[in-house]
Amino acid sequence: MSAFRVEVRVMPRAALLDPQGQAVEHALHALGFGEVAQVRMGKHLVLEVTAATRDEALARARAMCDRLLANPVTEDYDVVVDGAAPR
Amino acid sequence: MKRVAVIVFPGSNCDADACTAARDAGSDAYFVWHRDATLRQADVVILPGGFSYGDYLRSGAIARFSPVMTAVAEHARAGGAVLGICNGFQILCEAGLLPGGLMRNARLRFLSRPAWVRVEQPDTPFTCLYERGEVLEIPIAHGDGRYVVEARTAAELEATGRVVWRYVRDNPNGSTNDIAGVTNAGHNVVGIMPHPERRNAPALGGQDGARVFLSMEARHATQHAVDVRARDGRHLRV
Repeated sequence: MSAFRVEVRVMPRAALLDPQGQAVEHALHALGFGEVAQVRMGKHLVLEVTAATRDEALARARAMCDRLLANPVTEDYDVVVDGAAPR
Repeated sequence: MKRVAVIVFPGSNCDADACTAARDAGSDAYFVWHRDATLRQADVVILPGGFSYGDYLRSGAIARFSPVMTAVAEHARAGGAVLGICNGFQILCEAGLLPGGLMRNARLRFLSRPAWVRVEQPDTPFTCLYERGEVLEIPIAHGDGRYVVEARTAAELEATGRVVWRYVRDNPNGSTNDIAGVTNAGHNVVGIMPHPERRNAPALGGQDGARVFLSMEARHATQHAVDVRARDGRHLRV
């Protein structure tokens, strides 16, 4: 068994209004960063998961997202194990 | 007299108001701690407003896994009446007992003020004493009140009369189709974002919300509710 560092990124569904992202975008424009558009804001969780293999850690983290970490109605997620993108 | 279980989660803050409103309506209302496994022969379950688990992760996301929620889901599946108010509505959505979810208010601000809703569906255990089309003044107090649901589900809710209350005059939070409250296919599980327990007496500025609780008493006990009580180990006569 090894401990894997798992990063979970949870974002509001692309089709849904993201007022926090909009507020940040407006603030950036007010500061002169006019090149910014489409700011969206989500959550970033970092977990340590003990598993036999990297694939097992990935599968378990996905199960955690489906069960608790993301709401399938309002959010999308992706999972990265040990800094490398999942295959 | 109906037995009304008001569930108390860590961070609930409208539990006493909901319990008082149910008692004012003549119910035998009592508190059930979220770690309890039994609803103690409840006819009706109320999930009150507040900030269960500090709204950490998402509003209602952690409370939905509290031990008592297994009994609440069983009660709901058996056709028992369940009302979620504000945070309770969020918990019911997170638990999958109601469709959709509640997201940050479109204009971000936490809103604590009166709102106006129209009764769209009087055929529920919590609205049967209202007339369809009645407009009620009931306060809102929420930061995450924007009801969001997939377009197909929204169309289904509209087509099947499952929108129970709709905001009128203005939509305070950006909710889909101005939805303020919905029900499940069986009409026994109901969620509402405004707080009827805060408008059930003239001393509170109005009593437009009182009939939500009086409706519970007016509604005849269903066969399902009797089954639930029998399953809890003791068969109570209605």
